[in-house]
Amino acid sequence: MSGYWAGILVILAINVIAAYSAWLPLAAGQVNLGTAGFMAVGAYAGAVLSGDYEWPVGAAIAAGAVASGLLALLVGSAVLRTRGLYLALATLAVNEVVRGILLNWDAVGGASGYPVIAHIELLPIAIAALCVFLVAAWLGASRFGMTLHAIEQDETMTGLFGVHVSRVQLAAFTIGGVMAGLAGALYAHHFSYIEAQYFTVLMSVTIVLSVVLGGVQTVWGPLVGAAFFTLLPELFRGASNWRYVLFAAGVIAIMALRPQGIVTRAALMRLRRAA
Amino acid sequence: MVAQQLVNGLMLGAIYMMVAVSFTLFFGCLNFLNFSVPALFMLGGFLTWAFVQMGMPWVVAVLGALAVAAVASLIVERLTWRIQRGGPPLIPLVSSLGFLILFENLVLVRWGSDARSIPSPFGDANIRIGEVVLGVPQLACLVVAIGLVFGLQFLLARSKLGRGIRSVAESPETATILGVEVNKVVPRLFLLAGLFCALAGVMFSLSYQLVSPFMGDQVALKGLAAMVLGGMGSVWGAVIGGLVIGLIEIFAISALSADHVSVVVYGLLLAVLIVRPTGLFGDAGLGQQKL
Repeated sequence: MSGYWAGILVILAINVIAAYSAWLPLAAGQVNLGTAGFMAVGAYAGAVLSGDYEWPVGAAIAAGAVASGLLALLVGSAVLRTRGLYLALATLAVNEVVRGILLNWDAVGGASGYPVIAHIELLPIAIAALCVFLVAAWLGASRFGMTLHAIEQDETMTGLFGVHVSRVQLAAFTIGGVMAGLAGALYAHHFSYIEAQYFTVLMSVTIVLSVVLGGVQTVWGPLVGAAFFTLLPELFRGASNWRYVLFAAGVIAIMALRPQGIVTRAALMRLRRAA
Repeated sequence: MVAQQLVNGLMLGAIYMMVAVSFTLFFGCLNFLNFSVPALFMLGGFLTWAFVQMGMPWVVAVLGALAVAAVASLIVERLTWRIQRGGPPLIPLVSSLGFLILFENLVLVRWGSDARSIPSPFGDANIRIGEVVLGVPQLACLVVAIGLVFGLQFLLARSKLGRGIRSVAESPETATILGVEVNKVVPRLFLLAGLFCALAGVMFSLSYQLVSPFMGDQVALKGLAAMVLGGMGSVWGAVIGGLVIGLIEIFAISALSADHVSVVVYGLLLAVLIVRPTGLFGDAGLGQQKL
């Protein structure tokens, strides 16, 4: 496999993990526009532990994921009282605060970034992405996944059936935070260098965009969306500057024609019946 | 020194105020977090530079830039709100993000990604009052911005269009039943709100004399913060929120450093959302549409 394709597959795997981290809260109707901030926490925590504290890489990456999950738990308990677009704005603010703190924190390199010594190749990243997909598929098919879907459909009604809505939402948000931290820590250890400027709100927004485009109804949506977002600009690479124009036009067209995303529950049923 | 910063903060705040008003019109009336606002802001500012560069006189360049932004806003209306209304508010939000990427990259394809400096039509005219230096373009922007908000408020309260907009904000279905032509009112709302943020872009480029294809991103995030601070859907809230964010930014730069601005501004935004999600002037009914 050429280095070019290996590079794209690494990015695809990381994007897939990030997509599932945004998908879990989205499946319950919550928009997390701070995914990149949680990724930054995972990346920096993992990198500092494997660098300054000489932890083994695997343990450092796991700790990065846990650190991001803890932050998600903390933030989630505070902001999940707010709903809908308010929650989206709160997570957006979290993203900018995290980025601002890292940018000014000299112990982790501040604005000049932080070099990561330990390095991992494609294989462990791909395995991690596969594991995240399996976990998401299992969660989606479980009672928990059904509850998320019910909350997305009608929050009040789900509450009336005896579901502790805010606790389920907090769980989805926190698991999403763990996955985002994992994506960030993997990124840090593959690219050997991280800087706070990279983890922008625009990146968070792009992740949510990819999930919604793929479709939030089924577990396949985020996978399709992440693949679309990673591979389509590459396909248009020959078109140089025009590729993002074409890509954006594609996004607008798909959302106009299929507002529920590319993969919907109905589409999967039709596929199954045809097979 | 403090007086100078107060003035600088208010002038920067005038730009955030215009952007926040634009966001709040979309949000308050249509429950639509419209992420094409940063792109319309950029079109206003960047195309002013581009048209001046082509040798057009200033007034023509500004009007041309506003016209392009207005058309862009109408296109956004056609392909987002009109076909996706009634569904989850996330869907038009995603489409409008598509437009953000589209417009920014169209400009990038034509003119490249570099930041360009734009000459001021006012020269470097300043007014001095004691120690305080007032830049003429900034001062003009502040005055124009406040005037426009008063105009908008009058329009919403008194005109037929304003009544139509307010009725759509209450309920598009009821408005239709009562004979309001929703598909005529909403494009006009897009036109109005789009012009507001495009004009903010023009003001930004004239005041700070720097344009780039991504100039809208940071300003729009601050505008969003201003909208939340003031209370979503409230025009006067957006005005106060914009001015406050502008002041905080200027004082944070002088008290800490430019790098700390985002921590302070977004930390405040987060605190407001946790403690008082309805903002300073918002209605108690969370997420209720109102104007």
